[in-house]
Amino acid sequence: MTSILASGAYIPRLRLQRSAIAAAHGWFAPGLRGLGKGERAFGSWDEDAVTMAVEAARNCLEDCDRDRIDSVVLASATLPFAERQNAAILKEALTLRDDVFAVDCGGGQRAGLSALVQALRGGTAGQTLCIASERPLALPASEDEMHQGDAAAAFLLGDGPGVAEVLATHAVTFDFVDRFRESDRDHGYAWESRWVREEAFGRIVPDAVGAALAKAGLPAGEVTHFIMPSPLRGAQALVCRKTGIPAEAACDTFAATVGDAGGAHALLMLSHALETAAEGDIILAAGFGSGCDVLILRRTGGTSRPRLAVSDWLERRAVSDNYMKFLVFNDRIAIEKGMRAEFDQKQPMTALWRNRKAVLGLVGGRCTRTGAVQFPKSDISVNPNAHAVGTQEDYKLAERRATIVTFTADRLTYTLDPPGCYGMVEFDGGGRMYAEFCDVEADTLEVGQPMRMMFRVKSFDEMRGFRRYFWKAAPAG
Amino acid sequence: MARGIKDKVAILGMGCARFGERWEADADTLMVEAYEEALEDAGIETGQLDAAWLSVGFDALNIGPSGIPASMALRLDNVAVTKVENYCASGTEALRGAVYAVASGAADIALAIGVEKLKDTGYGGLPVRTRGTTFDMIGVVGSAPGNFAQLAEAYRNRHGISRDELKRAMAHVSVKSHDNGAMNPKAHLRKRIDIDTVLQAPMVAAPLGLYDCCGVSDGAACAIVTTPEIARRLGKTDLVTVKALQLAVSNGWELQGQGWDGSYFHTTRLAADRAYKEAGVSKPEAQIDLMEVHDCFSITELVTMEDLRVSEPGRAVADVLDGKFDADGAIPCQIDGGLKCFGHPVGASGLRMIYENYLQLLGRAGERQRQDNPKLALSHNLGGMPNQNVAAIALVGLEGV
Repeated sequence: MTSILASGAYIPRLRLQRSAIAAAHGWFAPGLRGLGKGERAFGSWDEDAVTMAVEAARNCLEDCDRDRIDSVVLASATLPFAERQNAAILKEALTLRDDVFAVDCGGGQRAGLSALVQALRGGTAGQTLCIASERPLALPASEDEMHQGDAAAAFLLGDGPGVAEVLATHAVTFDFVDRFRESDRDHGYAWESRWVREEAFGRIVPDAVGAALAKAGLPAGEVTHFIMPSPLRGAQALVCRKTGIPAEAACDTFAATVGDAGGAHALLMLSHALETAAEGDIILAAGFGSGCDVLILRRTGGTSRPRLAVSDWLERRAVSDNYMKFLVFNDRIAIEKGMRAEFDQKQPMTALWRNRKAVLGLVGGRCTRTGAVQFPKSDISVNPNAHAVGTQEDYKLAERRATIVTFTADRLTYTLDPPGCYGMVEFDGGGRMYAEFCDVEADTLEVGQPMRMMFRVKSFDEMRGFRRYFWKAAPAG
Repeated sequence: MARGIKDKVAILGMGCARFGERWEADADTLMVEAYEEALEDAGIETGQLDAAWLSVGFDALNIGPSGIPASMALRLDNVAVTKVENYCASGTEALRGAVYAVASGAADIALAIGVEKLKDTGYGGLPVRTRGTTFDMIGVVGSAPGNFAQLAEAYRNRHGISRDELKRAMAHVSVKSHDNGAMNPKAHLRKRIDIDTVLQAPMVAAPLGLYDCCGVSDGAACAIVTTPEIARRLGKTDLVTVKALQLAVSNGWELQGQGWDGSYFHTTRLAADRAYKEAGVSKPEAQIDLMEVHDCFSITELVTMEDLRVSEPGRAVADVLDGKFDADGAIPCQIDGGLKCFGHPVGASGLRMIYENYLQLLGRAGERQRQDNPKLALSHNLGGMPNQNVAAIALVGLEGV
């Protein structure tokens, strides 16, 4: 059966202190004060479920041959495009083979785990990249706003011992509506939590977990890592009590550090469990939402530790108590952006198609005569080569480290996160580009600073409902 | 090398509108203001013009495309009018067209006019605009100060200069231009400032503060050119002739190739060397009497001193602080206030620089007149950004120099 070969994750570095949300809304919703503890991850203005998925996938694929990937599954309930396959953007960003199968799937809170289970059961001959990514939105002053967080996780599946093998899967499906969101809405609607606790976590989930354990022939006491996302306090303990899974097996839900990343959350927790589990450990993941998916895995001996594992992403954080910034970055409030923001961002699709490798994949050119690398690729090389035409071959730059050659922190140009930092970077091995910077602190920039590239939203075309993506330089590490 | 343009073409007359926030004036009015002055100076009538070149940097935002707007505003005699655009170097480009037409014999008398109506955008600074479909997908939509500010850190790193020292030299550049602009009745900004005002001003794009940036203005400037023979026939005696006109245009090396460290203008160096060769200038520091350079930002002027070979590499900070380029220094730079204070109506700027050099060479610069009988003057007009640009150099001087 198909195994998990590698995993990776991504958590945006911004962490809003929940106390800031409670302080902002205390006058109106004093009940939020009780939830105002810990912090939640939130993406910058230029991150969405696709960009986060790309980062998680790059993290997962650090030591993998991307050409071996045959299928891509992108699960999310918060994908930016309803038409235009989101997984196709990801495919281009990762420069996967053209003859790859790709699909978006949604469906709610268990979307990520369902997609992973489906991919594991599918048993295709080649490798499958399965990613879940969420950037959920909530109404200001709602409990969701407190509970939620932005994150993504990715798994590479295929033959081989890998890092985990499947012992059993089980699913039950009911139209149990604890929360819902119509397609054109940007925030959900939740029913009373006492009912959800009793009916879902007191009955539906324990039953499904029990059935899965029976299929695997495992006593509950052998589960060493129990993964079950839920913002409901005590839900995990309740399921442990009902099923006999040891309470100490319950994994950190990152409620205090990330928040609940909806359909991506079980996979985020699973990625962390694979990071911490020892060979032979039993991992049980349960994903609730319109029923329940259960996946039981055994950690095998393979090593899969990306440069930044979940625990590192948790550490890579920028604490913020700026609730207004959170609202602006999530487009929850209309602010005066100034006339410079009126610049028309209409994207000619023909040009995007022609330039997709450069724009989405950060593929440059390497002159076959001189070996010089450049971005973008061109018919005639920028470095002298006796004016030969058509000597350049594709050369991928996205995974190469770069260093800052020149930079500025611009307070005049329009950006939702001023000052706009940008400059020239030079890649290890050659090639340079004039790049926007992301995830930087303006006053710490230096000539020679090491950077890594990140896939981000370049601009929004608000008039037509489109967004451009491109690569930006972020501090390495 | 080609034989060049030296002394083949004389300036018959020049004109320049008052620069500034000309809320009351359309581009047409600005052009007429500059043109009437030039026409009177030249002592000719419109019917004597054989051809015209019009330079505009942001045509979509003011006069629209083509040469028609100049022909209509000035009611030209249905002669050929060519519109040119080369970013902020457009003004010099217009002159180049007119000068080449005269030098070739295709025209006896030709007009170069540059205009820009920038204060109809509704906000300060240069307008945000597309740089083409591909650029908009992979380029950085930064501001002009953001693009030029990057010279500072790169220059500092290359030459081992402290942030404070560089910032102080940059401030001196601006204080000097404000002193000069205060003496110029046509200048946009006519207020003197002190160094502390510059150093304490709000940051626009680090390390450029508000006073490190030039004004964005409405304005127009023009030149009427002809051959020295025709000029004499028309009664002119003291002739200012064109000694050199050179452009160097980036081919992508700075941005895409290898080796440029961001601390200087590759194109300015090339254009300067070509212009010096064309004009027969072997020791620019000794031979050039005054300069108008493209001081869109203080740091641009500072590094340009080295690119023009009037400061030794790494010496510009010291030279600036020593007052070498002040109005009473060895080689005054921006004696008219420069882009900084005269203003920067993009399409007119190159011609405005030559206008000042022309006045100074003829001793007609009023209270800001340089008293040491300048004979050779340089203008440097730069369009684009440090990593991708058009550098234009014009040398004009007294005939026979």
